Amino acid sequence: MKPYLLALTACLFTHLALAQADVQKRYQTKLIMADNGSTVDLDAGTFTFTGTLSLEDKKRIVIRGKGIDKTILSFKGQTDGAEGLRVSNAEDIVIENLTVQDSKGDGIKTMNVKGITFRNVKVEWTGPPKAENGGYGLYPVQCDNVVIDGCTAIGASDAGIYVGQSRGIIVKNSKAYHNVAGIEIENSRNADVFDNEAYDNTGGILIFDLPDLVQKQGGNVRVFNNYVHDNNLPNFAPAGNIVASVSDGTGLMILAANGVEVFKNRFIRNQTLGTGIISYLLTERPITDKTYYPFSTAVSIHDNIYERNPGPASSRGRYNQIFDKILKSGQSIPHIIYDGIADPATFDKDGKPLANKRICIRNNKNQSLVNLDAGRQFQNVSFSPTPFDCQLEPLKITTSVR
Amino acid sequence: MMRSYLFWSLLLITFWLTLGSWRTAAVPEKLSDYGFFKGNPANQEPAAGVVPYALNTPLFSDYAEKLRFVKLPTGQSVAYNDSAVLNFPIGTTLIKTFYYPNDFRDPAKGRRLMETRLLVHQPEGWKAFDYVWNDEQTDALLEVAGDTKAVSYIDNKGVTRQQNYTIPNLNQCKGCHNRSETMTPIGPSIRQLNGDLVYGATNENQLLYWKKAGMLTGLPALANCPKTPIWNKPETGSLNDRARAWLDINCAHCHNPKGPAMTSGLNLSISETDPTALGILKTPVAAGRGSGGHPFDIVPGKPDESILMYRLNSTDPGEMMPELGRKVVHVESVELLREWIKTMK
Repeated sequence: MKPYLLALTACLFTHLALAQADVQKRYQTKLIMADNGSTVDLDAGTFTFTGTLSLEDKKRIVIRGKGIDKTILSFKGQTDGAEGLRVSNAEDIVIENLTVQDSKGDGIKTMNVKGITFRNVKVEWTGPPKAENGGYGLYPVQCDNVVIDGCTAIGASDAGIYVGQSRGIIVKNSKAYHNVAGIEIENSRNADVFDNEAYDNTGGILIFDLPDLVQKQGGNVRVFNNYVHDNNLPNFAPAGNIVASVSDGTGLMILAANGVEVFKNRFIRNQTLGTGIISYLLTERPITDKTYYPFSTAVSIHDNIYERNPGPASSRGRYNQIFDKILKSGQSIPHIIYDGIADPATFDKDGKPLANKRICIRNNKNQSLVNLDAGRQFQNVSFSPTPFDCQLEPLKITTSVR
Repeated sequence: MMRSYLFWSLLLITFWLTLGSWRTAAVPEKLSDYGFFKGNPANQEPAAGVVPYALNTPLFSDYAEKLRFVKLPTGQSVAYNDSAVLNFPIGTTLIKTFYYPNDFRDPAKGRRLMETRLLVHQPEGWKAFDYVWNDEQTDALLEVAGDTKAVSYIDNKGVTRQQNYTIPNLNQCKGCHNRSETMTPIGPSIRQLNGDLVYGATNENQLLYWKKAGMLTGLPALANCPKTPIWNKPETGSLNDRARAWLDINCAHCHNPKGPAMTSGLNLSISETDPTALGILKTPVAAGRGSGGHPFDIVPGKPDESILMYRLNSTDPGEMMPELGRKVVHVESVELLREWIKTMK
C-alpha cells in the first residue's frame, strides 16, 4: 500500500473511533441529564459502545429509537460494565423501537423500577447460539408493573426474556428463539404470559421459583395463547446455572411454582417434555434456605394442544435416563410429565389432595401424562389421568398495567 | 384586582427565579475552583480544614493509588458509631484522587493524576462529581459521561504495564455507592480509619487525630474500637479476618441486602454469618458464563471449583467481578482468597 493511502486509512479509522467514542459520551450524557418526563430520542443507525449505557433515578422517561433494526446499539467489543442498557431506581420508564446487540453480559437490565415497559425492542446475540453469549436478553428484576410487548430475544445463554423477583407482569406478542430458555418468569408474582411465540430454544417457557433470593414465593402466573414449538436446541448454558439442567426438547417447565394456570397454548414438536411439573427436590441441589418452598402446587393445565413427531426424546440429559428407567423401549413419552413430589401438607388426613392445592390436567388435545413418583424412587409410575382430572378456580391476575 | 395580579406575578417570578437558581446551582467546572488544595493542585497539598485520611484495607482499583481527604463543614464534627460508615454532616466533602506513580519502586519519579472524585453531602443527599486531570496536570475538569485513558507505569517488580483506565460516568458512581438506592460513602468507618497515618512530621492514629482536631465526638478508648486488619499484612489479622475485610470493602458495597447485587442473594459484608449468604455451597442465580462451569460460589477447600475465584480471576466484562473499576486481575488478593477457601472446611 502506498504511504499516503496508509495515512488516509489511519485517519479514517481514527476518525471513526473518535466518532464512536463521541456517540457513547453523547448518549450517556443525554441519559444522565434527561429531565423527568422527557424523551431521549436515539438516531437511526448502528452505534457501537464499549461500556454500559445507564439511566438512574429518573421518572417518566422514554428511551426511543427509530425502530427495531433501525436503531441498533451494538456492544460488540464491550470492555466496561456487564449490561448493554441498564435502568435502575426509576419510575415509569419506556424503552421502545430499538435493538440491543452482543452485550457481554445481559442485554437490557432494569432493576428496582416501578413501571417499566419494553415495546418493540429486540435483544440479540448475533451468530450461532453459544455459551459465550450474555445471560439474559430482557432482564427486569425487582420491578413492579412490567410490560414486555412486541419484543424479540435471540441467543441468550440463559433466558431471552427473563422477569425475576418482580410483581405485576405482562409478557405478550413477543418472540424468543435460539435461547436456552425462551421466556422465564422467576420468583415473580402476578404474571400473564400470552400471545407469544417461543421456538428453537432449549426450553420454551419456564416458570421457576428458586431458593436464596430476596423475593421468594412467586406464583399466580397464567400462560395462555402461546405458540411454543420446536424447542429442541441443545442446551448451551454454562454449567452451574440452573437452566443448564433444563433438558432440550422442553416446551413448558414449571419448577417449584405455585398457582400456575396453563391454557389454550399450542405445544408442538417439543420432543422431550411438552410440559413438565417438577419440584426443586428433583434437581438434587442442596436447600439451605429455610423459608424456601420447593414444591409445585395448584397447577392447572387445560385446553392446550399437544403434538409431537414420533420418535425418541430429544433430551441428551437427565430426562433420557429417567425415560430409560420407566418406559419400555419404543414407548412414546407422555406429553405432560409430573415428578409426583408433592408437599405432604397438601394432603388431608385421609391422604387425599387438598382441592385448592392440586395438580389438575384436563381437556388437552392429545393429552397424555405420567406421574413419575420420583419421591419414592419411581415405585409407582402411573400413566393414569384420573387423579389429575380436576379443575382449579381460574386465576385472576391483578396488575395495574395492561 | 390589581393587587392580586401583582401578588401572583411576584409569586410566579419568585418561583421562577428559585427554580432557575436550582437548575443552575452551579457545579464548578474546575477542581481548583473548590480551593481544596494549596498552591498547585497537582501537589495535592491540603488547604486548612482539608484532612487526609487512609483506609486499612482499601478498594482495589486496577493498582491505582489513592489520596483521600475529608472536609467537614466549619465547626462541625461527626459522631462515633462502630458498625457503619460514619454519618458525616451535611456540607461534608469526601475527596479522592486516583493516580499512578510513574515507577512504583521510586516515588521520586513522579506520578500521573487520573481523576479526583468528590462525594458532597448536600441537603438532598450525597452527590458524586468526577474531575478528570488534564494531560498537562495543571487542573481537573468536571466530566459527567466518563472516559477511558491509556496509562503506563512501571510496577513494583520493574515491569512496564500498560492498561486502559476507565473513568466512571455519574450513574456508575452509584453502581457502587448505593444503599437502598441512596448514594452513600463506602470507606470511612471507624474500623477502617482505626490505623496510623503520617501527618506532616508525626505519625498518629487517625481516630485520635480526628478527636483532637474536634472532628470526631464520642470516641471510646482506642482499645475498644473495632479495627479492620490490613488485608496483606498477616500480623494485623487472621487469614479469615483479612479475607473477610477484603471482601467487605471490595464486594459488599454491592453484595449486601440493600445493595445493587441484592438480587443474587450473596452477601459479602463483614457482618454476615450465614454460610449460604456468604456463598458457601450457594448456587448462582444470574451468573451466566461467570459461573465458569462451577455449581457453587464457594466450595470449601476447593478454590479452583469456586465461582468466586473464577470471577475474580477473569477480565472478561461478561464474567468478572466487580463489574466496574477493574481491568486487571488483583493477583495478590486472589492469592489471599485462594488460601482462605483452601483452608475452609
